[in-house]
Amino acid sequence: MQVGVEDDDGDRWIPFSERSEWSDVQPVPQDDGPYPVVSIAYTSQFRETMDYFRAVLARDERSDRSLELTEEAIHMNAGNYTVWHFRRLVLESLGKDLWKELYFIQDVAKSNHKNYQLWHHRRWVAEKLGVAVAPEELRFTELVLASDAKNYHAWSHRQWVLKALGGWEAELSFCSMLLQEDIYNNSAWNQRFFVIKNSPLLEGLDSMRESEVEYCINAIKLAPLNESSWTYLRGLFGNDTKSLGDSQSIGQVCFEELARDRCCIPALSFLLDLVCYGFQPTVDDCKILDSSIEILSSLQLALYLCERLEVVDAIRACYWAWRRSLLPAIIK
Amino acid sequence: MDDSSTLHVQKHVEFIKSLDNKKDLESLLTEHIRMNGAYWGLTALDLMGSLNDLDQDKIISWILQCQHDCGGFGGNIGHDPHILYTLSAVQILALYDKLAVLDSSKIASYITGLQQNDGSFYGDEWGEIDTRFSYGAICCLALLRRLDAINLEKAITYIVSCKNFDGGFGSTPGGESHAGQIFCCVAALAIAGSLHYVDKDLLGWWLCERQVKSGGLNGRPEKLPDVCYSWWVLSSLAILDRVHWIDRESLKTFILDCQDIENGGISDRPDDAVDVFHTYFGVAGLSLLEYPGLKHIDPAYALPVNVVKRVFS
Repeated sequence: MQVGVEDDDGDRWIPFSERSEWSDVQPVPQDDGPYPVVSIAYTSQFRETMDYFRAVLARDERSDRSLELTEEAIHMNAGNYTVWHFRRLVLESLGKDLWKELYFIQDVAKSNHKNYQLWHHRRWVAEKLGVAVAPEELRFTELVLASDAKNYHAWSHRQWVLKALGGWEAELSFCSMLLQEDIYNNSAWNQRFFVIKNSPLLEGLDSMRESEVEYCINAIKLAPLNESSWTYLRGLFGNDTKSLGDSQSIGQVCFEELARDRCCIPALSFLLDLVCYGFQPTVDDCKILDSSIEILSSLQLALYLCERLEVVDAIRACYWAWRRSLLPAIIK
Repeated sequence: MDDSSTLHVQKHVEFIKSLDNKKDLESLLTEHIRMNGAYWGLTALDLMGSLNDLDQDKIISWILQCQHDCGGFGGNIGHDPHILYTLSAVQILALYDKLAVLDSSKIASYITGLQQNDGSFYGDEWGEIDTRFSYGAICCLALLRRLDAINLEKAITYIVSCKNFDGGFGSTPGGESHAGQIFCCVAALAIAGSLHYVDKDLLGWWLCERQVKSGGLNGRPEKLPDVCYSWWVLSSLAILDRVHWIDRESLKTFILDCQDIENGGISDRPDDAVDVFHTYFGVAGLSLLEYPGLKHIDPAYALPVNVVKRVFS
């Protein structure tokens, strides 16, 4: 949001009341209803711009100068959705070249990349331009994600572009690249799942599960406390908890991490899930958890894990106590 | 009154009341969402037992001036109608027990017109789609007792299509789980009597993983805690009946630490600037934590429990 005294070029901002091309327009102040207007403590240029905007809106003037006015108003306050609406009406009525509109949006995005209106406007333009704009749209989201890798709007826009306009070819490697930069980037993990599930160029979740499990295990080894990679791993199996419980390699990952750090909360938690799904570790494996205790049954192991978690993850102790209370009914 | 171990109710009431007549740059930049601000401020006031400190007649007359011929409400007088401001307008009238002044059929037909074939909702005529608007439509129509005006089954199907592998929900199918969107989806499903579509334990666990060491809650993994999630996360947990899974005491402390004990108001994080939104989120979060002296809030309708009971009595 910028409400400066000077515009981007450093020139003095000329009030609308001093511009000859606006001399025929009577500005309209905001009507806040029955509230008294106390003082005018805010920048007069912003107020004046909006007064002229209300004037052109009231007479539905779809002209070049209205378009320029909305541009100024948006640069001052990109959140005002009515200004964006009116801009679209003017763009349509004047049959403007929408490719040029992309530059305007990119310019506004520099300081407003979390603005709902901006992204909706971008999508409206992209929809009109069609398939040809897909590479440009992917590039635009990459530009925003480069400075804010978890920007929700940019990710939503990107998903829409892929589904509506295409451009899936490099998407999985894009996710891998972002995860290489930051393995904790939950948005990139989500996008990875989105690609595996929806890309017309891939074989789908079931046939990619094995290779994705391998990718995920490597990620876990790099950052064992990363909530996102563990959640992704569980997500790959969905409701197929039996396959998850049968997976020896995943069970081994848990034990490997616990051998390194006996208090690794995600590994304790995941191991608990695996045991609930039927995973049966060896007595030797269980020695990794605590060499002084002999764990003889799955139920004993699960109870042990819950009790550990109640201690090491104390802020969620009630959750773990609840999990513990369920165990006798789950594990026979 | 110089410590942050208690809620400084009177200060917060004065802070919200002071916004009423404000005309500074900040209020100008938010004039287009004034309806939201009014809803948040007034609901917080009601939770603190001070709803009648502001002039009810003036506020209702202003709200009615924000309504358009199509039935929808804008964020302020002269601003375009949008489903979010329509919901806020209806919620404020519910607070005042004045739903009767509304032509509910007209509002219902506005919302009907925003529903799409796949069950989703546009926010306004320009076609943005988001599960926030599904919540807006369902909550608003339920308060008007006009859920018959939309295809509820399709609306539910769309929300369920936004469910993710981690149990959470996003803004559109495939969108990342985010606590704000989760509130919208879970609350909408609760109002529609369709909570059986939620994986309660999986989502409950994801939600309670949002609590960080400071006691505060974040909205997505690896993000900073923010008082707003004391509402979005906690209300979702409350709907799922799992508030006790998190550490309530440390969350309470985190919210109280975000108070401006000099001038009133609550901020996103300790020592940041306060605003009306975070003041609502903080007070509403404390209400869900059963903080003494506050009215109880309904986690799905985001209105005091007594108001919701009155609407449906």
